[in-house]
This record gives sequence, C-alpha cells and structure tokens, in this order.
Amino acid sequence: MAEKSSIHGDLRLVNLTKTYGDFTAVNDLSLTIPEGSFFALLGPSGCGKTTTLRMVAGLEEPTNGQIFLGDTDITFTKPYQRPINTVFQNYALFPHLSIFENIAFGLRRRGIKDVKEQVEKALELVELSHLASRKPTQLSGGQQQRIALARAIVNRPALLLLDEPLGALDLKLRRQMQIELKWIQKEVGLTFVHVTHDQEEAMTMADTIAVMNEGEIEQLGSPADLYDNPKTAFVANFLGQSNLIKGTISGNDGDNHIVDLFGQKISLAKNRSHAVDNSIYAGIRPEKFRISRLETPTSGNILTGGKIEDVSYIGVSTQYQVLMPWGQEVMIFEQNDDAVAPFSVGENVNISWESGFTFALRGDEDAEAGMEVEPEETIDDDE
Amino acid sequence: MSKSGISNRRTPYLLLLPGIGFLFTFFVWPIANLAQTSTQTPVTGGDTGSYEQTLRWRNYIDAFVENKEQFGRSFLYAALATILALAIAYPLAYAIAFKAGKFKNILLVLVVAPFFTSFLLRTIAWKQILGEQGFVVPTLRSLHIIAPSTTLTSSAFAVVAGMTYNFLPFMTLPLYASIDRIDPRTLEASGDLYANGFTTFRKVTFPLSLPGVVAGTLLTFIPAAGDYVNAAILGSPQTKMIGNVIESRFFKIVDYPTAAALSFTLMAAILVLVTVYIRKAGTEELV
Amino acid sequence: MRKVSRWFQRNLIRIYALVAFTYLLIPVAYTVVFSFNDGGKSNLIWKGFTFANWLNPCGAPEVCTALGNSIKIGLLATTFATILGTMIAFAIGRHKFRGRSSTNLLIFLPMATPEIVLGASLLSLFLTLKINPGFWPTVIAHIMFCMSFVVVTVKARIASLDPRLEQAAMDLYANEVETFRRVTLPLVAPGIAAAALLAFSLSFDDFIITNFNSGTMTTFPKFIYVSAARGIPPQANVIGSSMFIIALVIVILGQVVGRKRAVK
Repeated sequence: MAEKSSIHGDLRLVNLTKTYGDFTAVNDLSLTIPEGSFFALLGPSGCGKTTTLRMVAGLEEPTNGQIFLGDTDITFTKPYQRPINTVFQNYALFPHLSIFENIAFGLRRRGIKDVKEQVEKALELVELSHLASRKPTQLSGGQQQRIALARAIVNRPALLLLDEPLGALDLKLRRQMQIELKWIQKEVGLTFVHVTHDQEEAMTMADTIAVMNEGEIEQLGSPADLYDNPKTAFVANFLGQSNLIKGTISGNDGDNHIVDLFGQKISLAKNRSHAVDNSIYAGIRPEKFRISRLETPTSGNILTGGKIEDVSYIGVSTQYQVLMPWGQEVMIFEQNDDAVAPFSVGENVNISWESGFTFALRGDEDAEAGMEVEPEETIDDDE
Repeated sequence: MSKSGISNRRTPYLLLLPGIGFLFTFFVWPIANLAQTSTQTPVTGGDTGSYEQTLRWRNYIDAFVENKEQFGRSFLYAALATILALAIAYPLAYAIAFKAGKFKNILLVLVVAPFFTSFLLRTIAWKQILGEQGFVVPTLRSLHIIAPSTTLTSSAFAVVAGMTYNFLPFMTLPLYASIDRIDPRTLEASGDLYANGFTTFRKVTFPLSLPGVVAGTLLTFIPAAGDYVNAAILGSPQTKMIGNVIESRFFKIVDYPTAAALSFTLMAAILVLVTVYIRKAGTEELV
Repeated sequence: MRKVSRWFQRNLIRIYALVAFTYLLIPVAYTVVFSFNDGGKSNLIWKGFTFANWLNPCGAPEVCTALGNSIKIGLLATTFATILGTMIAFAIGRHKFRGRSSTNLLIFLPMATPEIVLGASLLSLFLTLKINPGFWPTVIAHIMFCMSFVVVTVKARIASLDPRLEQAAMDLYANEVETFRRVTLPLVAPGIAAAALLAFSLSFDDFIITNFNSGTMTTFPKFIYVSAARGIPPQANVIGSSMFIIALVIVILGQVVGRKRAVK
C-alpha cells in the first residue's frame, strides 16, 4: 500500500487529552518527536505514558487534541491504517502461528506476496533465524521479546512504539537488550518511541526523554540535561536521587546567587536556578558530595556540623547518611577509590561539593514528589 | 476493547438476535404457554384433552395436595443424591488435582468416559447387576449379608444410588476445576502456621473450592429433582417422583393443566431453592 | 504392621480414587461385556461369548433406525446450537451493550430448568400450535437446551483470550474482518470444538426432552427405554460400546494433537 509509506516525518502531538469519566489520564499534552530519534516517555505507573502511546498507535481515541505524522492528521485513523507498529508489553505474539508467520503477519496483511526474504532478514537482525518454525510458547522471554521486535520492524514503520518492552525480563537480560535495542535503532534508522517506568533504561537508550507525571510532561531533554539540571522536585527525585535543602537567596555575586542554607552560605549558578523568588530548594546529587574530617581542608561549597548516622558499603561505593545540624539527613555516595579511611558512625564531618553542581528548585515545591512512586511496578495504566 | 477497535454499536445486537430470538420462541414462549395452560379446565362435554382458559388457580393447590408425597420424595432423593455425590466426588476431584501427577489428563477422561455410553444403558446395567439375575444379590444372600427376601432394585435405595451415579461426573468436573486452581503453597502455608490436616481442609481448602462445590451441587440437584428415569427403571410405585407424575399426566391421563401446574410448581421451587442457596453460599460465579 | 498402616494412610486417597473409578466404570464394563453375549433378544443372563452382535449391529429390529435418527438430530442440533451459541458468546464476551446481564440470565435459565419442564412446556406449545411432535420439533428442542451450554463453553474461552492479541493484529495492518478471521477465530476454535462435542453428546444422550417432543419417532435412548421392559438386545450394547470407544479415541487424539502442537 503505497500511500502508507508516504506518510512519514516528525510525530506531533497537539493538545492531546484523554479522560475516563472523572479521571484525566493525559492532560493537554503537546510534544514533537523528531524523525529518526530514540525518544523515551518516562514516568511512574498511571502517569499517562501508556495511554499516550496507545493513542499514537490508534488503540485509544483521544478525548481532545490531534496527532500528526509529518503533515498528515492521523488522530482518528484505524490502527491498521497507520504506518506505526508496536512492541507490546508481554509481546502479544500470536500463539497459534509459528515465529515465521508471526513476523510475516504484517507483510501479508499489506498484500506483500514474497515475504520470505524480509522475514529472514528480520530474524537475522534479532539473531534468531534458527527458531523460525517454532511456536511462541516454546521461546524464552528474551527470545519472545526479540521476535516481537522483529515482527514490528519488518514492516519498516515510520514510527515504532515500545510499551515497556523489557519489563518482563530479568535484570541482566534487560541490560543486554537495552544495548541491542539501541544498536538496532541505529541500524534500521527508524523513530522509536519507548514507554518505560525504568529511569536507567530510559537514560541508557534514549536521545531525548520526556518525564511524565499525572498526565503532563514535567520536563523534556537529553538524559544528561534531566539528570544534571532537573527543573522540578519530581524529576530530581524520580531520576536518580537528590538531596533537596531548603534555603533563601540572600545576595548576588556575578553569575552566581549567594544562598543561605540554615545559616551557612553557598553559591549557585544563576542559570541553574528554576526558582521564581528568593525561596528555593538547593539540590545536590549524592555522588557530588565529598565528606571530610574536620581537620581536612576543603574547597567549593562547604556545609559544616555533619555527623555520620549510617554507613552502607556496597562495593563500588559506600553510602553515607549524614545528619546535618538542622535535622535533615543527607545521602552521600563516596567512591571507594581514595586513600581516605572510611568514616564510621558517630564521626563529626563536613560535607563539600563543587559549586557548579548545585541546582535550585522553587521553594514552594513538595520536596518528596516523585520519591514515593515505586519504579519497579509494572501495573498497566491502560485505563 | 477500545472504542476505535472492533466494537460497533450494532454488532452485539446483530450477533444476539438469532440466538436470543430462538430462545424467546422456544424457551420463554413455551414457559409462558405452560403458565397459561396451568389454569385451564376441561371443556364441558368436550373430548379428552381439550381445555379452555378459566383462570382456575386452584389447579395449583389441587395438584400440589394430590402429589405432595411425590414432591417431598423428589426433593429428598435429589438432596440425598447431591450429598452422596459430593461425598464421593470431593476426594476424587482432590486426588485428581493434587495426587495424580502425569496421569491427571487420563483420569479426567475416565471421569467423563461414562458420559459416552448412553446413560440409559448404564442405568439398566445397574438394574441388571443389582437385579435378581445379577451376581451381586445371590452372593450377598449366600453370605447372609442380606436377607433372602431383600432385593436391591425396586427400592428407594436403588433410585438414590442410580441418581448419585448418573450425576457424579457433573459434580466431579466443577469440583476438580476449582480444586485444581488452588495454589498448593497456600496449603503448605496453612500447615506452616500451625493448622493440622483437618483444620487446613476446613479453613483453607474447602473455602477456596467453594465455587466448585456450589456449581457441582447445582448441576446435580437441579436435574436430579426433575428426573424420572432413575425412578422408572430402578424404583417401584412407592418411589415415584414428581417427574413420573408429570410424565404420566401428560402422556397417559392427558391432564395438561395439572401437568403444567406441577411443572411450574417444580420449576418455581427449584428456582427459589437455588436462589437462596447461591445467596447463602455467597458466590455468583455460576455461569 | 506400623509400616502397613502408614502406607495405607499415605495412600488412602489413592485407594479411594481407585474405588470411585471402579464404581464409575462398572456399568460401562458391563455394557461392553454384554455386547459379546450370545444372549439372543433379551440379553439378561450371560450365555456365551460371540462376535455375532458386533458383526451385525443392525441385527435387532429398529435399533439402527433409532441410531440413525439420533445421529441426524444430534448433527443438526449441534450445528445450529453451535452457530447461534457462539454468536451469543461473542456478543457477551467481546462487547458492552445494554441488557447484558438480562442476556446472561436468559442463557442461564434453560440450564436451571429441569428437563421435564423444558420438554413439557415445548410439547404444550407445539400442541397449542397444532404442530405434531416428531423429527423437527425434537431438533428444535435439542437446539434450545444445547445452546446455553455452547454459550457458556465458548464464552469461557473468549474470556481467557488476551485482548492485546487482537490489538497486535490491528497494529499489524489487519482490519476488523481479517483480525477476526486470522487471530480471534483460530484462538477461540478449540472452545467452539469442545462446545460442539458437548452439544452432540448432550443431544445424542437426551431422553426426557426427546420423549416429550418426538411423537412416534424413535431415537437411540428412546429405543433402550422402551425395550428395557422386555430386555435390551445386545446390538444396543454394541452401539453403546462403539460410541464409548469412538468418543474416547476422539478425546485422546485431541489430547495427543494438542500436546504435539505444544512440543513442536
């Protein structure tokens, strides 16, 4: 079908909204996903990411808004009329068809007569050529996952949607598949839109990540942008861990703000502040901290008066909980790579960090947003 | 199912129309017609079998009073057969679900197997096995287990035993289905938490198998209460059930109103019992 | 002694199952054994072994006419009940519509109504409409009581179907009709086959409803019931035994094919 392949280009979501009764799953979402990119929609269960994906696939109808692929409005076209394929959660391989026929399914429906060569190429791409005559139930989870991918890719869609594609695999296999998926995306040059709740997975694979929460996009950017300079407490906490310390901007020093954290002064680059007034949360990632004994000289931002509360040795690093004078416990990861003797519980210490690593959030945010969500849960947020 | 998917507003009605239409014509209408027949009286001076509508509700009272013994017997026999079938089928289903290992499927086939020979042939086989010319009665007599004058057929015992036998697969299959679904780890957990075998059964196994118990008892009780074949083959005039009465009213006496009134009373009684039973058992997972 | 009692305790449930199976299968065994009886017309007492009955199953008068009627009725009733019931099952299992719960109730009621009431009510309708009982009224009666069982069986299969499979088919360029033909129907087919088998065995074995609506036509169960008084000819045992063996072979073949498919 010639007209199908002619539809391509960037995917544009315009004011997309989906409500179920009183519940708003997706709220006025606007987003452009450039052609050829690996894009991740990241968020906790129920944030609306799967609903968004299903609307793009044509499996749900939006309550409001439009979906464009290039210049074509595809908002109300049927799933089988869109040059978009999906790798389903749990794969949805047809149990009554062989692996070969599973992969050939889309080609045959599009009226392609000679499917053999294309199916074999797709099987080669996922390195499972020897399984062509098997049935899906005889395959392991990882193999099923690859077949699901081959079944979608063989159609050379303008857009490939991946709905938690690695959720059912164990950790080791998941890491391996992440690398493979990224390689395959480069190889075939398709636009991938990947839905996941696993921040590490999103960061490993995607060029661009949109962090979603409660039906809206919290922040969009490259993995490094999101991690180093989160805009909201939700992003700061959902992507990795953050220490958020309440403070006030008390003065300026060139490109920097002077910030008062419970009586101690630190500096913060102005362009790394997302605050709207003087009240802020200063954010520092746990691995950016250095702990030092009281007599050791330090540079950069320093906070004094800490006391080691807890020490967990986890191999590559040691995690410390340090109680600060104002009663907050700060999380610190120290690489086990220097000659400094490990700190022990009860020791009095100072903590310091390079001032360029500080970021600042609005002071009226909920400092615990994004913390409570259990990232490992794989609840469907279909409905 | 998504709205843009297969669902079309008119599709379900088009799918339903032929089947539901059929059920209305050949199930609902006949039942309504039966209700209508049940209050008729003979046409004065007419032929046998010609009746007219006079809305005589006393037909019900007359029919019931005249046959209350058979009613009582039907429900008593059906209840006994149901309890016996449950007692036999439960351990059997349990054994198939938990102890059969790789023979599970073969044993399931064996449970269904009797279905495949005509149930009348099997019932008559019992009659002949337990009859005067079979080997059981002479053996028992010569061993002095039963008196020389005692017979095993033509008795209430034989009727209940026959019904128990005939409906046993209906009891076993739903029981098996729900026992098989029980995670054996819950039974181990119960043992781990200080419950002995009997307590585990009473507090864990049985409650978890309840949907199967409900389905099985209904599938046995309903046909048993309306049955007349077992009573006709294995019973005597003293063991007549309500089914036998309805049958003979229809075919031998051509008393349609009484037969209709009896049918209706039977159906109503069963529906009431079933409803109460389902409420008590607290499960609606029937269909 | 200890050991024996412990062995007995451990295997109590297995011994019990063995006894229960014996009880279930005794009449079947009796029927099969007496199909080889050289017993003449009444077949009540064992008189000697013969293959004669098996070589000439239609030897007894009317037995094959009755069997033929039963098979014809069974096939017709199965076909219609399966088609109508499957359609209803799809409507209930795959669509949301008004009156869904009343539909469920209407499906449940024929199963909860005693056969004698079903048979009697249909007969009284036919009599009111001045339709004589016979072949077609019996077929109609059988369609009616088999349909609910078909609906329940097929519906269970549809309910166990992952809706994502149909979504995946639509995602892979299959339109509604193709999705149904290539994915939904093949996956529901085993349920439909099971329902059809059930319907046929219910129809073939039915006596009560048939007795009310068949008039003078005989069916196999009717033949047995009527001849019970003067003794059933061994040919009936031959037919009963053959049905048993055929059904067993079908079920076992089904299992073997199913397993092969899963292994291949």
